[in-house]
Amino acid sequence: MKKITEVRWHGRGGQGAVTASKLLATSAMAEDKYIQAFPEFGPERMGAPIQSFTRISDEPIKIHSHVTNPDMVVVLDPTLIGTVDITEGLPDEGTIVVNTSEEPTQIRKKLNLKGRKIFTIDASKIALEELGRPLPNTPMIGALIKATGLLDLENVINDIKNQFAGKFVQKVIDGNVKAIERAYQEVRGE
Amino acid sequence: MSVKTVAITGNEAASYAFKQINPDVVAAYPITPQTELVQNFSEFVADGVVNTDLITVESEHSAMSACVGAAAAGGRVMTATSANGLALMFEILFIAASSKLPIVMPVVNRALSGPINIHCDHSDTMAARDAGWIQIYSENAQEAYDNIIQAVRIAEDMKVRLPVMVMFDGFIISHGIERVDLLDDVVVRNFIGEYQPNYPLLDVEKPLTFGPLDLHDYYFEHKRQQAEDIKNSKPIILEVAKEFKEISNREYGLFESYHLEDAETAIVVLSSAAGTAKAVVDELRDKGKKVGLLKPRVFRPFPYMEIAQALSHLKAIAILDRSVSFGGFGGPLFTEFRSAMVEFGKIPENINIIFGLGGRDINEQDIRGVYEQLDEIVKSGKVKERVQYLGVRE
Repeated sequence: MKKITEVRWHGRGGQGAVTASKLLATSAMAEDKYIQAFPEFGPERMGAPIQSFTRISDEPIKIHSHVTNPDMVVVLDPTLIGTVDITEGLPDEGTIVVNTSEEPTQIRKKLNLKGRKIFTIDASKIALEELGRPLPNTPMIGALIKATGLLDLENVINDIKNQFAGKFVQKVIDGNVKAIERAYQEVRGE
Repeated sequence: MSVKTVAITGNEAASYAFKQINPDVVAAYPITPQTELVQNFSEFVADGVVNTDLITVESEHSAMSACVGAAAAGGRVMTATSANGLALMFEILFIAASSKLPIVMPVVNRALSGPINIHCDHSDTMAARDAGWIQIYSENAQEAYDNIIQAVRIAEDMKVRLPVMVMFDGFIISHGIERVDLLDDVVVRNFIGEYQPNYPLLDVEKPLTFGPLDLHDYYFEHKRQQAEDIKNSKPIILEVAKEFKEISNREYGLFESYHLEDAETAIVVLSSAAGTAKAVVDELRDKGKKVGLLKPRVFRPFPYMEIAQALSHLKAIAILDRSVSFGGFGGPLFTEFRSAMVEFGKIPENINIIFGLGGRDINEQDIRGVYEQLDEIVKSGKVKERVQYLGVRE
């Protein structure tokens, strides 16, 4: 039985994929879980395709190799579909969550994919409305935990409040919380 | 004991240890993947939460030179580096050790140029293994934090007074976020205690000469003493570990045995790859396979008899090296281990596997393959290839 849940984040440099992988980890730790979060270490440039990873487990995580068979994939930028193989290593029962205005069936068609569960959410729109900037990373956490049941919404929100306290003004914190809640409610499955 | 559990990178954990140690002087130069360690610490300096004089020098050669000067003056001194930075310090590493200056230096392991590469292997610290520094390797961020704190006590012990390098893997640990238990500031402060310099240069009542010419009349005697001093640090390293357990509930030795006692085959591997190997040991043990692991922690001084004894009952072992000794028989760990087993008199069948150079990933499948190969060696009694390269295109 696989004891570690592995998440792969796809984004472009500047979209906050690395931050999202860390926030998911700290939220999981708030549920007393063991975690790892790390970026794919390559050249970091604005706009270039990047990956980051989160591991979550009830037991201490010993493994230190790359994530090759993630249980879930989160795509922060729909223009990566067709550019990057976002389904690489994802098992049949795996989950994909895409930031897009399109429906899951349209994404399935684009990926020409059988199996796996596909969810979509227009996280950029939500972020633009709640934060005033199209930063999709925090709402994508909301969509992911709803789609997979990975973590409890309340714990995630409390953790984000703690992590952001002192770093951002209240308006930004409130905006992120609202964006996460909305994505949690608005995410669509097939 | 009160602890704070946090999600931080290896570099952050290391810089937090620096903060709690609050050294008198840190002289450092930035190099990937060490950069964030000193950068984070410089924020503690700027915020005034430590009293450290942070000397931002123009190179690693200067960083280690400034550390030597500050330590000779009587200060508690730390620095940190990686790869090419360590290589640039090379000349001064020997001076620090032979002057018996208890400098503590995390080295975030990274491949040496060329070609230029920023990712993890152990070619940097293995090249520095004969510089006279104590070398302690860490598997993860928790161990990096714990080892840095223990290193202060080891280095400053009156029976030791030698510099200590604490290693952890570049990027894999330095930039990966993990769960780490941090000790209270007061607990760390009490554990390391006040530093008492032996012969401080700034004690004007007792003027001394440092670094004089030492030719064929006395150089050899001094080197002979140095060889003895580092050997004698072994019991001190164990004493410090014992005391550290009392404040942390975490256990450290000269090496870690993982399901080794009743194992028939085992892997020997340093640092983060040992974690991945442990996960494979768990999996194979669930299937009833008698496999184990030995993770060296202290490589200098090399606890050869203890290690050879711990491996003596095995049928076959694979020694994994994350560096090459060009033109040598095998990697640095392999040759030390073979030699130790010869001295002990019981030599399990053995192979050397060079892996992970320049950050090449080693995964569970790779390690399963190594255990399968050991099984075959046990069955056939034959070693096809003594020194091998894993995960390379040939």
